[in-house]
Amino acid sequence: MNLTVNGVDTTIESGPLTSLLDVLREELGITSAKAGCEQGGCGACTVLVNGASRRSCLTPVASIDGAAVTTVEGLGSPEHMSPVQQAFTHHYAAQCGFCTSGMMMAAQAYIEGGGSDDHEAIQEALGGHVCRCTGYVKIIDAVAAVARGESFDLSVTAAGTAMTNIGGMA
Amino acid sequence: MAEVLIPASPSEAVSLYGDGAGTTVIAGGTVVMPEITYGRLTPGRVLLLSNAGLDGVTIDGTTITLGATTRIDTLAALGDQVAALATCADNIADGEIRGQATVGGNLCVSQGPEAPRGDLQGVLLALDATVRSAGADGERTEAIEEFLSHRAGRLVLDVSFERPSASAFSALDYPHTHEYTVLAVTGVRAADGTIRLAATGLAGTASRLHAAEALASDPTAAGAAAVGDCSFADDALASAWYREQTLPVLVRRVLNQLEESA
Ligand SMILES: Cc1cc2nc3c(=O)[nH]c(=O)nc-3n(C[C@H](O)[C@H](O)[C@H](O)COP(=O)(O)OP(=O)(O)OC[C@H]3O[C@@H](n4cnc5c(N)ncnc54)[C@H](O)[C@@H]3O)c2cc1C
Ligand code: FES
Ligand code: FES
Repeated sequence: MNLTVNGVDTTIESGPLTSLLDVLREELGITSAKAGCEQGGCGACTVLVNGASRRSCLTPVASIDGAAVTTVEGLGSPEHMSPVQQAFTHHYAAQCGFCTSGMMMAAQAYIEGGGSDDHEAIQEALGGHVCRCTGYVKIIDAVAAVARGESFDLSVTAAGTAMTNIGGMA
Repeated sequence: MAEVLIPASPSEAVSLYGDGAGTTVIAGGTVVMPEITYGRLTPGRVLLLSNAGLDGVTIDGTTITLGATTRIDTLAALGDQVAALATCADNIADGEIRGQATVGGNLCVSQGPEAPRGDLQGVLLALDATVRSAGADGERTEAIEEFLSHRAGRLVLDVSFERPSASAFSALDYPHTHEYTVLAVTGVRAADGTIRLAATGLAGTASRLHAAEALASDPTAAGAAAVGDCSFADDALASAWYREQTLPVLVRRVLNQLEESA
């Protein structure tokens, strides 16, 4: 079997019924997709399969042979973060971080699908994702900011001097 | 390790399925995959339908056919044809699961201990759908009520029904990340004016509400009669008592909605 993972053609050796989650984490060492519930209920394992956000824990790898898979590692690097990654950073949309990769992949699919900054629409798009930490407000703010095409000065955020931005921008 | 077969056409799927003995079918995998992950199921022979070409919605005059591997999210587009089907589909899980879960899987899935699974069954019962399946005695087309009473050993190929003149869906949801469906009622007014009702969230598979149908012109009486048609599930989502109290309300709502759309 073959997958194009974050743009790289990759031969897959795992068995055909191995979940995409296990293929990513165990065979390929790509650990951004998290093993939360492993039964479809939390969203932490979400990745893009041919551009659609999908639960990797529910996906037997043989069912997507030949597909393009994108994980957070494929969105951007720490030096060159994608708009979604920048917005999550700027809006402090992560605490423990366990839900964050899944949230960002769902957000990426939502933005690529032309999603607006309407909070209800964003809630619907992220509806299958559980976060125990943030209370969701900052996550939704972050996605809305990307939908509006806002840009962020992360040098300020990272230095901690932008604390007044918390919760205040969207 | 399981033998995994990946048919590339409907006919190949039928011949590889054969009589279905010892074969686990995986369509969207949203129910089967956790079973495997948690070691509750160790399949010996697997038929993976992802590439079998069994998906797609066909509309031929007034007949609507849903291929077995049609994704649940595609049913939203049928809202102007069959409101109840689109409303029910939209109430299942979340957008991402709906993009993976299939109609055939929803029809074949067994009742879970605490999570809803076969929500579409009620709508398809009220639509008096027919199910085309393959198995030991070859291909068979039968009423969904019959199909649900003997699903084992059948590979579902598609489900068809006539476009109703009106339909309505009403559900009691349990607040959870996925708004689990505790109990739901579908009402359909067929082209000839016949009213059909069905409920999901009962003990066992979904069920037609025949006694309530006979009293459809009086929603309150129909609601009371519906209770006699059902045996109620008693689980983590709701007690049997609560379901019994709620069913008449849902029946009334659905009949009133059908009345309004007349
Ligand atoms: C988080 C979460 C929330 C959910 N919420 C809901 C909900 O609100 N309502 C609801 O109804 N369901 C819900 N489900 C259950 C499930 O997603 C649906 O029942 C879905 O339609 C199952 O389809 P599938 O293709 O994924 O099934 P699979 O997991 O592929 O298969 C399910 C069963 O059907 C059999 N099967 C599949 N296709 C065929 C076929 N063509 N012929 C014969 N047998 C077949 C399989 O062998 C298996 O026994 C939820 C699931 C999850 C993970
Ligand atoms: S790990 Fe896949 S949804 Fe929870
Ligand atoms: S940041 Fe901890 S679960 Fe969301």
